[in-house]
Amino acid sequence: MKTTIKISMMGLFLLLTFFISCKNGPQNETTDSSQNEAIINSENNKGQAFIADDESTPNVLQIAVGSADHSTLVAAVQAAELENVLVNAGPLMVFAPTNEAFDALPEGTVEDLLKPENKDALANILKYHVTPGNYSKDFLMNFKKLGQANNQNVSVEVKDNEVYVGGAKIIGSISAGNGIVHVVDKVILPPTQ
Amino acid sequence: MKIYSHLIASLGTALMLVSCGQQNKSSNGALSSSAAEKVYVAPGEQDEFYAFMSGGYSGNLTVYGLPSGRMFKEIPVFSQFPTSGYGYSEETKPMLNTSHGFVPWDDAHHPDISQTNGELDGRWIFINGNNTPRIARISLSTFETEEIIEVPNSAGNHSSSFITENTEYVVAGTRFSVPIPQRDMPINEYKSNFKGSLSFISVDPEHGHMDLKFQLLMPGFNYDLSHPGRGKSHGWFFFTTYNTEEAHTLQEVNSSQNDKDFIAAVNWKKIEEYVNNGGGTKMPANYAHNLYDESTHTATTTMKKEVLTVDPLKVPGAVYFLPTPKSPHGCDVDPTGQYIIGNGKLSADLTVHSFDNMIAAIEGEKFDGEAYGIPILKFEDVLAGQVKSGGLGPLHTEFDGKGNAYTTFFISSEVVKWKLGTWEVIDRKPTYYSVGHLMIPGGNSRKPFGKYVVAMNKITKDRYLPTGPEMEHSAQIYDISGEKMELIYDFPTHGEPHYAAGIPAEILAPKSKKIYRLDENKHPYAVLSPTDSKVVRDGNEVHVYMSTIRSHFTPDNIEGIKVGDKVYFHITNHEQDFDVPHGFAMIGQNTSELLVMPGQTKTSVWEPKQVGVWPFYCTDFCSALHQEMQGYVRVSPANSNVELKWSLGE
Repeated sequence: MKTTIKISMMGLFLLLTFFISCKNGPQNETTDSSQNEAIINSENNKGQAFIADDESTPNVLQIAVGSADHSTLVAAVQAAELENVLVNAGPLMVFAPTNEAFDALPEGTVEDLLKPENKDALANILKYHVTPGNYSKDFLMNFKKLGQANNQNVSVEVKDNEVYVGGAKIIGSISAGNGIVHVVDKVILPPTQ
Repeated sequence: MKIYSHLIASLGTALMLVSCGQQNKSSNGALSSSAAEKVYVAPGEQDEFYAFMSGGYSGNLTVYGLPSGRMFKEIPVFSQFPTSGYGYSEETKPMLNTSHGFVPWDDAHHPDISQTNGELDGRWIFINGNNTPRIARISLSTFETEEIIEVPNSAGNHSSSFITENTEYVVAGTRFSVPIPQRDMPINEYKSNFKGSLSFISVDPEHGHMDLKFQLLMPGFNYDLSHPGRGKSHGWFFFTTYNTEEAHTLQEVNSSQNDKDFIAAVNWKKIEEYVNNGGGTKMPANYAHNLYDESTHTATTTMKKEVLTVDPLKVPGAVYFLPTPKSPHGCDVDPTGQYIIGNGKLSADLTVHSFDNMIAAIEGEKFDGEAYGIPILKFEDVLAGQVKSGGLGPLHTEFDGKGNAYTTFFISSEVVKWKLGTWEVIDRKPTYYSVGHLMIPGGNSRKPFGKYVVAMNKITKDRYLPTGPEMEHSAQIYDISGEKMELIYDFPTHGEPHYAAGIPAEILAPKSKKIYRLDENKHPYAVLSPTDSKVVRDGNEVHVYMSTIRSHFTPDNIEGIKVGDKVYFHITNHEQDFDVPHGFAMIGQNTSELLVMPGQTKTSVWEPKQVGVWPFYCTDFCSALHQEMQGYVRVSPANSNVELKWSLGE
């Protein structure tokens, strides 16, 4: 497990490096900091998520974007237009299901959720993966439940020294500039209200 | 699920989404030509509204115009202000006295303008110092701080300084509960031993003078924000609470365990009656009351030694708890006084309580237990409705007087407009970024002026040209005259505005003072005629009675000062012309300059340490001959016998 995390962290680092270099565009390889400016061009792509910043510690969104294991999650965040929430001062603790976790959902579930008419349902599920807070995996062992951003509680259990949030196991953790990303092995579905 | 295998495993694609992909899109959208027209105040024209924004950690209050976003003045309140000499001059140093000594800074939070019959009357504006608990009153004719009262038994004076609808009281609630009276005890014995004080400070209807009438000693919760009842609910005051868990450490976790905290509803009229009939317990205390007298231009400090405390259990029917979800922050009451809104900052929803329901539940004695003897009403019985907006992190709500409410959401960074009574969301607009409070002129009164809402953001990032890691906060103005809000302007604010109060310019502008009348100057060291100027030695103290007029000081040559003297320059500005201040600064002086308004007297101290001839000058470009407005002081050795003399034009 530790090795996996290390590898994914390494990957992340490389990816972030790529992220930084990409910003000035392939035509402009020599760095010109005057071009490191916000890219705010359309109604839907405005806000903090779209500020270029290569100095700060990556935020939870940038971490997700930079992880090849979370492309489905990122696609879902974009479909639900939650990018600006994830770059907020927070602090935010994001339980980030891997692509494999999304793949384990019943056939067709993700496709359905990504449809524009299901944006609210998708947003509700994604917000159930976000806590206003920033706690390490060890510290989470002190909790019985967490209050999630969609207004519902999720259970926290400890089994064999592993932490399970809403039944999903934390398999890796990455500190972010505005909180922490805990990689989980399952999609956490909110209880029906 | 295979369709996801082609979905972006490569980072390059993902990156396009964030940083590389937006460049072909166009249209900022915010600053259309009509928006420009709406905020454009042509040169020479004046704004429609005053906006008074708290300066947060600047300790001061800033005055802006709406809709232009132009800053007119920074009013020093809790912080020393070298620009004018506030807190440096001998006259104003007492304004910053407290029971902890001279405290030259505070964290200014929530300004509130005085009201009559629930409408803004524009006499005074009050603001709280959060850190060393204080309440200040500022004159809205001189725009100067006139009075500061310290609040004893309080800590983190945050649910302050909100006024009742006839300015009977300015109310100051503690954020942090503490031992009352303060004593040496283990922190972990917080629970049930610490108390939260809610202070009701009466305001003299004629002069505005403040007096701490009584303190309600409540359970040891955190009292976050408050607002008065108005109209039908006049006589009540509402306070949000959090940390009803009474945690004393790691509150970010431990204060969020209960699904619901409370809004405390306090019937202050009932308690006032109890107190007026001799109720309450006098408790020894020590707190400063600093009062500035406009005729002497001088502040004095009185240390008060007693406070009247009230145990809520001794006044049946005076205090109730309304369960409210998720550590509510803002506590706002609509213009009719019917709805009390709790903004649960860890919730997605807003909770709206009904005043009528609350009264019915109280009369029906439908209680759901009690907390430290204070009855808890049933959530369902008092609830009027919930606003399910889908936003995250609601903080504050204001009203437009047309049946709509506007709530800020910190985490989702937006203002949401919704309808009172139906709770439906009408519109939502992003803010840039992470909005804290918002303000509609009169939005916290019976009669809001619902033309603009100003969103005060906590995070600026890329909104303006970068100025290094530290930036001023950003604010946005939205036109709310239509069904949908329209972002029309974006401007930086000074310090950290936690709240603001706006008022139509036509109420304030006509009574703004232009000069202080010299013939009304009662300062003991004032010089009313230049012929009265003099220098008087009293031991090693030297008092210089000095006057200024364009473009000289009288006297401007002084001899006979010695090393080791303490020289007081008492400077009276003899101008009686609008906007002609004179400044005063002495080389090597260990204090700020003075800026003396027409007709005013201010005093600055200088303790010369070196022999020589030292110049002083006017720091304000007062006139065409400003550069000539200077003088010299000859400083002789401590043992010299150079005669004391002073002159002008010899």
